[in-house]
Amino acid sequence: MLKVRVIPTLLWKEFGLVKGVGFDSWRRVGTVMPAIKVYNTRQVDELIVLDITATFEGRVPDYESINEFSAECFVPLTVGGGVRNLEDIKNLLRAGADKVSINSAAYDNPRLIREAADKFGSQCIVVSIDARKTAGGEYECFSHCGTRPTGKPVDSWAGEVERLGAGEILLTSVERDGTMQGYDLHLIKKVTRNAGIPVIASGGAGSYQDMYEAISVANCSAVAAASIFHFTQQTPMEAKKFLSTHRIAVRNVNIQSILTE
Amino acid sequence: MSVVIVDYGLSNLGSIRRSLEECGATVRVSDDPKALRTASRVVLPGVGSFADGMVNLRKGGWVTALQEAAKEEKIPLLGICLGMQLLADRGHEGGDIPGLGLLPGEVRRLEPHSHAEKIPHVGWNEIYPSGKSSLFNGIPDGSDFYFVHSYHLIPKYKDHVIATTPYCGRFVSAVGTGNIFGVQFHPEKSGRPGFHVLDNFLNL
Repeated sequence: MLKVRVIPTLLWKEFGLVKGVGFDSWRRVGTVMPAIKVYNTRQVDELIVLDITATFEGRVPDYESINEFSAECFVPLTVGGGVRNLEDIKNLLRAGADKVSINSAAYDNPRLIREAADKFGSQCIVVSIDARKTAGGEYECFSHCGTRPTGKPVDSWAGEVERLGAGEILLTSVERDGTMQGYDLHLIKKVTRNAGIPVIASGGAGSYQDMYEAISVANCSAVAAASIFHFTQQTPMEAKKFLSTHRIAVRNVNIQSILTE
Repeated sequence: MSVVIVDYGLSNLGSIRRSLEECGATVRVSDDPKALRTASRVVLPGVGSFADGMVNLRKGGWVTALQEAAKEEKIPLLGICLGMQLLADRGHEGGDIPGLGLLPGEVRRLEPHSHAEKIPHVGWNEIYPSGKSSLFNGIPDGSDFYFVHSYHLIPKYKDHVIATTPYCGRFVSAVGTGNIFGVQFHPEKSGRPGFHVLDNFLNL
């Protein structure tokens, strides 16, 4: 059976590892490389590394750093931030990314998703969607690190990116981000209900129970989290043990440990 | 042990190179098919579509070179992910396209059996080795490996199946015949069990 993944997210800004609240008030929480090494040693299911200022600063992704990160990373690595075109994607894949996450550029040029999926295969194209709740209780997609409204309702945009060939959706609630108050289950359900591709829930995880709910109630294929791992004693491995005792299929920890010995 | 990783322009080569080095191999990433002459092992990696993969292999002059290395020189060859699929006779991603023809069979899209089965098949899933291939020596039934793909190779002959995975019914997650092997999962991204498989490949 396909396992639910628990994915630490590393947000990266000017060589530092940061974490904010509601896509704001960024706090420095370390440097990227040691974090990658630790997660690698602990054999996490997957890692997401996002350069949160690349798009703002109009920079291309920092291939050299990605190259260094990936050299230490023997678990699947998704990289995002500042991805504008096919050339950026090709360079990131060559720098060692297993999957590339596209966000802002997809709104300006949805064809990029189709072209990228045709060229590199859907399986390595992740579309990252940042959504905020509107006054009417709906959800609107925001680009540029959660700052620019796009006018697109989240469910129709999710459907569109899937039709264009996205292989996965990384779905983040901007309001819940960094609050550790739980995932926005309504938001996740809105997208998973019609999705034929995997959805990674993100934004708000504060406890293992939150992860359990995102999986069992909102049907996501993976849970991404940052603050819970940066600011509390909770770990991805303990999260999986919790999920496992609640009958969620996670990567078989026992077999892994047999091979470790 | 000298391993040549085929660089045909599409793949993430860093992690496969590093994992083979961790297993003690001397690794050369090469875009020159002549490199196969001095190889004791060949790894064909791959990310991308079948059509693009074959176009790039042709462009790089790899097709005949790989066929000779595998069929005549009998150099052990391991295809990973798209690299496994390209071993087949034909693929159906991006048109109906001839493959390398090193392992009889064809490549088709996975068909979900329920809404819960999303495509691409992304993440950790079990493999069940058929027990006869030394590629999986020491790998227990049900070990988790990392997958990320939408297509799968359907071998023509049952005895080329060396592992299966329960998804979309049950698909063939590894093939092998003689010195030619293919794995649909990514051993270089599968932690210790992955290293174990690469180690087995080096020690065939």
